[in-house]
Amino acid sequence: MPHELRGSSAIVGIGLAGCGEAHGRSPLDILAEATHNALDDAGLSLSDVDGLFTGSAYHFMPTLSTAEYLGIRPRYSDGSMVGGSSFVAHTLNAAMAIKNGLCDVALICYGSNQRTAGGKLATMSEQQIYEIPYKPRYPISSYALAAARHMHQYGTTRGQLADVAVAARLWAQLNPEAFVQDELTREAVLNSRMISDPLSLLDCCLVTDGGGAVIMVSHERAKYFQNKPIYLLGTAAAHWHRQITQMPDLTVTAAVESGQRAFNMAGITKNEVDVVEVYDAFTINTILFLEDLGFCRKGEGGSYVANGNIAPGGSLPVNTHGGGLSCVHPGMYGIFILIEAVRQLRGDCGKRQVDGAEVALVHGNGGVLSSQATSILGTEETL
Amino acid sequence: MSQIVNISTGPDQTWSDYLKNQILALPKCTECEKFHFFPRIVCPYCGCFKLEWQRLSGIGEVYSCTTIHRKPERGGNYNVSLITLDEGPRMMSRVEGIKPELVKIGAKVTASINNETDKPFVIFTPLVQP
Repeated sequence: MPHELRGSSAIVGIGLAGCGEAHGRSPLDILAEATHNALDDAGLSLSDVDGLFTGSAYHFMPTLSTAEYLGIRPRYSDGSMVGGSSFVAHTLNAAMAIKNGLCDVALICYGSNQRTAGGKLATMSEQQIYEIPYKPRYPISSYALAAARHMHQYGTTRGQLADVAVAARLWAQLNPEAFVQDELTREAVLNSRMISDPLSLLDCCLVTDGGGAVIMVSHERAKYFQNKPIYLLGTAAAHWHRQITQMPDLTVTAAVESGQRAFNMAGITKNEVDVVEVYDAFTINTILFLEDLGFCRKGEGGSYVANGNIAPGGSLPVNTHGGGLSCVHPGMYGIFILIEAVRQLRGDCGKRQVDGAEVALVHGNGGVLSSQATSILGTEETL
Repeated sequence: MSQIVNISTGPDQTWSDYLKNQILALPKCTECEKFHFFPRIVCPYCGCFKLEWQRLSGIGEVYSCTTIHRKPERGGNYNVSLITLDEGPRMMSRVEGIKPELVKIGAKVTASINNETDKPFVIFTPLVQP
C-alpha cells in the first residue's frame, strides 16, 4: 500500500527574489519579495497563508520574525533549524500539517543578504569547543577532511572534484539567472587559490544574496490552481552527527538513510528519476550525495561525475540551474533546489530544460554533512 | 583510575582538569566498555549513564587531514587533522613537528598536552619521522 503522504500535497507556487546582489535589503525584505512572487505565481494572497515554515541564521525565532514582518497569524508554524537542509526537510512537516488539516496553505520561505551584508563565507553557527584550539575554517575544513578521506580511500582526484564545478558552470551558462556565467575549465579550478586542502576557492559555492518561497496545498486543492501542480511523492530527513569528529565514516552521509526512506515513500527507484538537484556547497558534496542516494556505487562518485556525465548532455542531469557553485548560494540553499526541481517538472526551464522531466529528486544538506533531507517530486502523471 | 577531580564537575571541566595535570583521559562506558569523545555524561553507543574516566595511551592514527592555507605574515599554513585514538574515539587535533603538507592519512601519531595557556589542548606528533 502506498504511504499516506505520497502525493497528498503539491507545490502550486514558487518565487525567487534578490538572487545575486540585493543592495540595501534585509533578509526579511528579500524573503517577503520571494513570498510575494510565490503567492502571485499561485494566484493567492498573504491572507490565504495559514502555515509557515522557515529557518534563518539572522533571527533567533524565525517563524515569529517572519510572521510579524508579513503580518500573518499562521495556524501552524515550524521553525525547525537543520541548516541549509531545513527547507527540504520542511516539505515533510508541511505535508503532515496539510494532511492532518492543521493548515491549508503552507508557505516555506527563506531570505538572506549574505553577500552584500558581509561577503564572506561566514557562519552564524556556534563554535564547537573541542575544535576551537585547532582553528579549522568553518565550514570548509570539515568538508575538506571528508574530501581528503574520500580521495585516500577511493582514489578520487582533485580533477574529478573540479569536474563537478565545471559541470555546474556549463548548466549555469544555459541559465540567464545564474550569478556566474563565464567559461570555467578543470585547470582553472585546480589552479584557483587553495583554501583548505584539497578544496580550493572554486571548489566552494558562491556567496550571494537571495530568497525563495514555495507554496504547498493538499492534493485535493492543487488541481484548482493556475499552475501545473508538482506533487510531493516522498520525503525524509536523517541526521547522524553535528560536528565533523562525530561523523562515523567521513565518506558516508546520512543521505543513505534519508534517500532510502524518501524512495520508499515515493515507491520509485533511482532509475525513474529524470533530474537531480543536490546541495553542492562544495564539490565533494555532489560526489558523496550521488553515491549515498544510489546513483552510483560508494567510491565511484569521482569517476561518475567525470567526463561531463552530470553536465548538460550527460547521462544524469544534476544541478540544472548551475547549483550553489555557479547559480545562487545565500548562506542556506535548500529552498533553491526545491524551486529548480519544480521549474524543471513544469517544463519552464528554457535552454536548460530536461526533456520530458516527470520525476525530480531534491537533496538538501545542513551543517557539516550533518543533516540530510531528500524530497522526491513528480508531475500528475507520476501519481 | 582514581578520580583526580571533583566528580561533581561536568565532563568538559573534567577533561580540562585532567589535561592541566598532564593526563589524557576520557569517559569509558561500564556496560559496553567503549570510550567516547567528546566527553559526555551518557555513553552515545549504548545509552548507559555509568561511566568511568580512564587514561588513554595517547597513540592514534591520522584518519583525515587538511592543510589550511594562510599567508606567511599571519603564521603560514597549518594542519588540522582528525585522529582516531587506539582506544576508538576520534578527535580533532593538529599534527606538529612536521610540515603540514607532509602529514598523511594513516600515519601513527602520539599525543602531548599543550599547557601554555589556561585552556590546555592536545596536539600530536608523528610516532615515526617520515
